Amino acid sequence: MQARRLVGTIILIAGIALLIFSIGLSIAFGVADISLNTVWNSIFHYDATNTSHQIIHRLRMPRTVAAVLIGAMLAASGSIMQGMTRNPLASPQIMGVTSGATFMIAIALVFLPGISNVNLLLFSFIGAGLGLGLVFGIGLLAKTGLTPVKLALAGTAVTALLGSFSNAMAIHFDVARDLSFWYAGGVANVQWDTVKLLFPAAAIGLVLALFISGSVTTLSLGEDVATGLGLKTGLVKAAGVLVVLILTGAAVSVGGTIGFVGLVIPHITRFLVGPDYRWIIPCSAVLGGILLNFADIASRMINPPFETPVGALTALIGVPFFIYLARREGKNI
Amino acid sequence: MIHSAKKTSLVAIGILAAILIVFFISLNTGTIPIGPADVVRTLLGTGDGSFDVILFDFRLPRMVIALLIGIGMGIAGAILQGVTQNGLADPGILGINAGAGFAVVLYIFFLQDKLAGTGSLQVFIMPLFAFAGAFLAASLIYALAWKKGVTPVRLILVGIGVNAAFGGLIIVFQLMMEPKDFTQATIWLNGSIWQTSWNYVLALLPWIILLVPYAIYKAKALNVLTLGDQIAVGVGAPVQRERTILLLLAVALAGACVAAGGAITFLGLVAPHLARRIVGPNHKHLLPICALIGALIMLVADTLSRTILAPSEIPIGLVVSAIGAPYFIYLLIKE
Repeated sequence: MQARRLVGTIILIAGIALLIFSIGLSIAFGVADISLNTVWNSIFHYDATNTSHQIIHRLRMPRTVAAVLIGAMLAASGSIMQGMTRNPLASPQIMGVTSGATFMIAIALVFLPGISNVNLLLFSFIGAGLGLGLVFGIGLLAKTGLTPVKLALAGTAVTALLGSFSNAMAIHFDVARDLSFWYAGGVANVQWDTVKLLFPAAAIGLVLALFISGSVTTLSLGEDVATGLGLKTGLVKAAGVLVVLILTGAAVSVGGTIGFVGLVIPHITRFLVGPDYRWIIPCSAVLGGILLNFADIASRMINPPFETPVGALTALIGVPFFIYLARREGKNI
Repeated sequence: MIHSAKKTSLVAIGILAAILIVFFISLNTGTIPIGPADVVRTLLGTGDGSFDVILFDFRLPRMVIALLIGIGMGIAGAILQGVTQNGLADPGILGINAGAGFAVVLYIFFLQDKLAGTGSLQVFIMPLFAFAGAFLAASLIYALAWKKGVTPVRLILVGIGVNAAFGGLIIVFQLMMEPKDFTQATIWLNGSIWQTSWNYVLALLPWIILLVPYAIYKAKALNVLTLGDQIAVGVGAPVQRERTILLLLAVALAGACVAAGGAITFLGLVAPHLARRIVGPNHKHLLPICALIGALIMLVADTLSRTILAPSEIPIGLVVSAIGAPYFIYLLIKE
């Protein structure tokens, strides 16, 4: 236990250092070459007439902050889902959250063109709740509960169903390309006013997540044990679902579908710091921020001046890991 | 057994009658409705010729291809569910749609414009790409799920992962496309039979004519495999060999159908289930009924895809998903 705590502390400290380094890197790298020195000056001696300083302030900084926040939010939310359901495959994408949000965004794009960012966020929240509710609902109705395989299949089915509605609307009303751009995921065009919306959601969500982390640890021992230990499981679950909705809904509404961050990072973190969610949740938030920020830097570097969709990149990083899990867990599932 | 065969024939006749009725209704409906009398006259060649083009060049080929795809996908799904002993398996899970989709997106992105002058040859190149992609994806999933044999659970989970990877790659290339190409790719990816010509029908027909009877001939082997590996080995069946042959058969059928009609999910899942409910698990009866049910579903879906949002059309694959996914969820809950 002592050793795990040490590992956790190291991850938090080293992780935050790496995070700051990656933030500097992300601000410096891009189509327009800017030296780290200029980055430093733009922050502490901002000069409004300097083009580089403007690029940094208007484009690179909001984008970087968004990438870090979204990565942290998705990873923390995935941790909570996995802890609460005791299901190794639980994650925003597989639990139907992303497809629900996509569905509502499609509705917004079709019926409310020119919708404001705040309202788009609201639609995405509702959609995230809808998707999660559908998958959870199937789990509640299923006689044997949701085994990992059933969860994956239920998620696939809900994704297919909502996806067919989204796509039919998108094709019929000719917004397929807009929807795909959003769906592909990315923080390339994030502005400060979007970050201003994202930040409170991240702050509230992450603080709440830390607040319930101890109860999630107890819950992850199993429903019976948790009840025996005097935990009000219903209350914790409700709080957990609320946190998941806040974190994922906000993250997805800004970044689109950024797959597998919420699946892979919690597993890696659990491997490193052990089964205590008081450590898993903060550590996976830091690691998630690092991963998405580096993925975002990579998305600019692969094929400049084009941006490779960052959601596709994280999917390609995550899939081998998912397959590894599938091969390993295959026996127990 | 005699009783069962008799029941199967009766059911088959019933579904055939339903197909005929829907077929006739479907001929009438569309952006330009054509009255029943005119349909009959045009089909008999005694009409004034004003509906010849609509019926013979537009509606009939797509309806025939819908029937063929329904037959092929239905049989492919039944084989797959038998081989994997999993009632929730669908050809889409073996990566057939995603693999074919990725190949088609690559084709549109890199090759389509370069081949613009080649005329009718071009019509067949895209389906070839789709077919190759379907085969490659299925092999990849099978290989990755292999660990001293393949278990159904691993196959499904690995399939979901590989599908997600292909989905990511599809998005990467799609977003680099011109708007025109983007739309073409999107419509293909959602399963569409709008631009079907008799050429496509002729390209798909041999696969169906050759592979479907072979599949029905293989019904006995499929029955043995469904009993589980131990019993199958016990009765002297070469399990691994038969399983590989049957999987190849399913992938070939589904791949050919996807090549002709784009990604159509849940059909291969739903048709075998309905068929099993009606005639039971014996594949000798199950397979033919499954083919007929698949054909009926596709024909209904095609008619709906033309009429729901008329005058514009929605891809038939979306209609099938919208019908199939809820049924799938129902099965998940019930099982």
